[in-house]
Formats: sequence, C-alpha cells, structure tokens
Amino acid sequence: MSPTPFVVLSAILFTIGAVGVLTRRNAIVVFMCVELMLNASNLALITFARANGNLEGQIAAFFVMVVAAAEVVVGLAIIMTIFRTRRSASVDDASLLKY
Amino acid sequence: MNGFQAPKIEYFTVSPILIVLGVAVLGVLIEAFVPRARRYVVQVVLAMAGLIAAIVTSVMVFSRLNPGSDSPKGGSIVAEGALAVDGPALFCWLLLLVLALLAVMLFAERRLEGGVTSFAGQAAALPGTEAERQASTQGLEHTEVFPLMMFAVSGMLMFPAANDMLTMFVALEVLSLPLYLLCGLARRRRLLSQEAAMKYFLLGAFSSGFFVYGIALVYGYAGSMGFAQIAEAVSGQTGSDGLLLGGIALMAVGLLFKIGAVPFHSWTPDVYQGAPTAVTAFMAASTKVAAFGALLRLFYVAFGANRNEWLPMMWIVAILTMVVGSVLALTQTDVKRLLAYSSIAHAGFILTGFLGIRSLAEVPGGSLTGVSGVLFYLTTYALTTMAAFALVTVVRDSAGETTALARWQGLGKESPLVAGTFAFLLLAMAGIPLTSGFTGKWAVFAAAQSAGAWPVVIVAVLASAVAAYFYVKVIVLMFFSEPVGEGPSVTSPSILTGSVIVIGTAATLVLGVVPGALIDLLGRVGVFIR
Repeated sequence: MSPTPFVVLSAILFTIGAVGVLTRRNAIVVFMCVELMLNASNLALITFARANGNLEGQIAAFFVMVVAAAEVVVGLAIIMTIFRTRRSASVDDASLLKY
Repeated sequence: MNGFQAPKIEYFTVSPILIVLGVAVLGVLIEAFVPRARRYVVQVVLAMAGLIAAIVTSVMVFSRLNPGSDSPKGGSIVAEGALAVDGPALFCWLLLLVLALLAVMLFAERRLEGGVTSFAGQAAALPGTEAERQASTQGLEHTEVFPLMMFAVSGMLMFPAANDMLTMFVALEVLSLPLYLLCGLARRRRLLSQEAAMKYFLLGAFSSGFFVYGIALVYGYAGSMGFAQIAEAVSGQTGSDGLLLGGIALMAVGLLFKIGAVPFHSWTPDVYQGAPTAVTAFMAASTKVAAFGALLRLFYVAFGANRNEWLPMMWIVAILTMVVGSVLALTQTDVKRLLAYSSIAHAGFILTGFLGIRSLAEVPGGSLTGVSGVLFYLTTYALTTMAAFALVTVVRDSAGETTALARWQGLGKESPLVAGTFAFLLLAMAGIPLTSGFTGKWAVFAAAQSAGAWPVVIVAVLASAVAAYFYVKVIVLMFFSEPVGEGPSVTSPSILTGSVIVIGTAATLVLGVVPGALIDLLGRVGVFIR
C-alpha cells in the first residue's frame, strides 16, 4: 500500500495545527493545536517507518508522545497560573511586554 | 531469536551528563526530605559540587579521547550511536558547565533581596494577595530552581553531542521545559514574569512542533535517524528532493528559534525582559552555546553534502538577524530589552561564522574553520553577557531592579566602578579592540570570508557599526547625563554575584588581549567526527 495518503493526511493535520496556533486566542486551544502538530508528526513518523521497513520511526513516535505529555504538565501549569492571576487565558490579554 | 542484547553504554565518556542528571534527581529528593530551613544550603552546595565534578570528568574525558591529536578518530561515538563525544562536543560541555556554575552563583544570590533569593517565595500564591504577603513575610523561597536548572543543563550537554535526530529532539525538550518554568518564577514584577513564561512556552512548543515534523520528513527521506546514515543518503542523492529540503527547513526553524534568529526572534526581548535576571543570564549564555553546537553538528555532519541548497537560506537569515537586531536595539528604553536585541544581533554574527562551512580538504593548515570561529565567539559572548546581566541585578531601587534606561542616567557618578565595568562589557559587545568581542568578531568574519560569504561579512561589519552606536549611547547616558530624580542606586552584592561579574569581566579582557591559546586549542578540536 502506498504511504502517500498517510503522509498527505499528516501534512493536512500539521497545517491545521499550525494555522490554529496562529489564529486562536485561548492559550489552551493554542496549546491543543501544538499537540495536533506533534501528533501529525507521529503519523508521519510511523508511515515512514512502515515505508522504510525499520522501527526507528515508531520508537521516535513513542518518545514524541512522552515529550508531549511532559510538555502538557509544564504548559498547563504555566497557563493555569496566568489564568488564576488574570482571570483570562487569552493570549491577547497578556500584553504587558512589548516593543 | 538469540535473547536480549543489552545496549553498550560507555559510562565513563558520558559521565558529565550522568553526574548532572544525577544531581538534578537528588535535588528533587532533597525537596521532599530535607527540612525547609536547610534546603537552600544543601541545594546550592550539591549543585556546585555536581557541576565541579562534571567539569573534572569532562577534562578527564578530554584527555582520554584527546580530540586535538592526530589520532585517526579524535573522539568517539558512544551509547549505540546516540551521542558523539568529539572536540566540539567536549568544548561545548566545558563551556556550558562553567557557565552553569556561574549561573548557580547568580541563582543563589540572597543579599540583593534582603536575605532571600530573587525567585518567587511561593509561585502558587497569586500576585497581590494575602497568601503572597504571608509567603514573603515568612521568608519562603523556591529552592526547586536548582534542580530545574540542573535538568536544563543536562539537556544542554546532550544537545551539541546528539548524534541522531531523536536524541537531539529529546535534548531540546529537556533543556527547554525547565527554562519555561524558571522564566515564570520572579519574585518581583510577577505579571511580567508569568507573561514571559507563557510566551516562551507557547512559541517554544510551536517551534518544537516544526522541529519534529522536520525530523519525520528527513527520516522519510534517509530511512534512518542517525546523522551518519543521513549524510550518506544526502551525499548519494541526485537532484533535489522535496522531502529532504522540507525537512531541513523545518528542523532549521526549531533550532533557529532557540538561538533567537530573525524571523524567529520575537520571543527574545519579551522573555529576556520578563524572566528573573539570573535566569535571563543563564538562558542568554547557555542556550545559545547549546543550540549553536547542535546547529553546527546537524548541518555540518548530516546535511553538509548538500550545503549549496541550504546555504542561501542561511545567508538570508544571518543578514536579517544582524540588521533587525542592531536596528531595533536603537529604540530600546530598557536595559534588559536592549541586551536582548543585542543578543539577537550577536546570533546573527555567530551565524556569519556558521556560514564558513568548507570541506576539510579546502581548509589550508592553520586557518580558522567555521566551527572554531563559532565556538570562539560563543565563549567570548557567553562570558561577557553573563557578567552584563549580573551587573543589571545590582542596580536597584526600593521596587527591585531598575531596568529602565532613563533611571541609569548618571550611574557613573553614583558608582564609577559598576558603570565603568558595564561600559567595558558594552564595548566588548560592540567589538572594540583589546576586548574579547573584537577577537570573536574577527574569528567568525575571517571564517565566513574565507568560505566566500563576503557579502554577509560586509553586512556584518555595517551592522557592527550600528550596534556600536547604541552601546556607546548607553555609555554616554551613564557618564555624561545628570541623574534624574533620586537617581539609580547600586546595592552591593554578596561574593556570589560579585565573583560572576569579576570572572566574566576578566575573561572578556584576557580573551581580548591574549586570545592565542584558546584559538590554538579550538583550531585543534574544531573537527566533528562522523
């Protein structure tokens, strides 16, 4: 079976994630879009592992999942602190630092 | 199947990383088991002892592998091909460990804040609430910053030594995640600090998303994660391949974000300004060293064969970085933001050295390669910038550090010593002869020029002139302006911050006056093994 449809799907998911990061305002949604980008990469890694006939890509996908989980811990902690301080998780409201 | 084959790990060679990781884990245990009153002393002593032990073992590894000699290998690939411990990697390790030791001293500074560290007493207590006041009157402090920093250092050690894309990605995250947290832990101006943490985190996670997708594409092209296999696939190619070029571009985004190159620089000023100054000093110096080490290895070792395809992109990035960094620094009114924009400009100068890529056969004996030039510049810049940020922490008023440039007017009358040292560091960053900045710039420009990147070198010289203007502007402000209002005041720091300033300034002077020994060493160790 050709790997092309899977690669194309992963590229579409990656693009949706990247566009979401750039356009959404809520920090949690922005963060979910980043996770979508990471998962799109996982799909690509696994597709290429199958196409190349070795396991390195699958192992990499596991590591990406672990890293994504660690990132959630750190990221949600930061976003929660901001939300408790400002009563808002909008990335546009946090604008004290500029120019 | 013939059973399970245990992987072979060369424990001695990777021991610096293991020591730092071990100290970080021990630090977490100390948080759990040692009484609060004693944690600060235990954590500081442990972190310093661990870093010194790691420096000693790095030197031992260096003398064992002896990368400068004419031995056929000059380094070794360890841990089943995951790490390459060669000249550039070992040099980055030593530099990073020294910088980390200086950063621990800055983190441990207690006199400036009147008996507590400059980190939030209790990060969970909201700014301006009763809980925060209580934490402050009880003198609470977060000693978790030391293990967090050690985790970041272990990631930084792995980053320039990573010899496959997966290790590089894991190292990138191990160095980034603790830094995101450290940025949000300032004791004063907590809203700014939290905002800096969020901006750094969201943009950092965004860029690492690009990095992972780039890894997937390059893996799809080469069929392997290892740099050696990628290099083989890349040099065997005929014609260009979308998968490979897309992958290179996406991986470059991830790394250029970390070094703060234009157009991926927008986080730098905000994060440098909002983070606690000790963290900014650590981040500005160490992250640049680690990320440039990784950038050099990835592009020289794995993608070196098709450099004609990615060099034009890097030329443009280097030119943009120097110009944007220098020009935007002209309008800054805050010392930390000014230093942030100057660090962007410096990233551009270092990228100029990165463009000095040539194959080994083309390098005439005794001339500087791109790798040596970049490593030399990193050494000079990192020590200078560490001392500069350490000096920013001692200029204070009742609300903490005074970072507004307007309040620095007349600092030369208030404290000629502080203002004089800061002026010297700024002159070094501007690249005035007899400071390390001059020799650093000369090293990278010479490397780039001899590889044919002379248009970039011309832009770099012009950008240096623009940069010199805003550095001198600050010096004029400090010495030839009358103080406004009550003027800035200088709090005398403890021996910790004091020695960071002295070491950084001394290194700036020594590397400017007698750079020969270090350049000789770098000329010998500046070769990657494959």
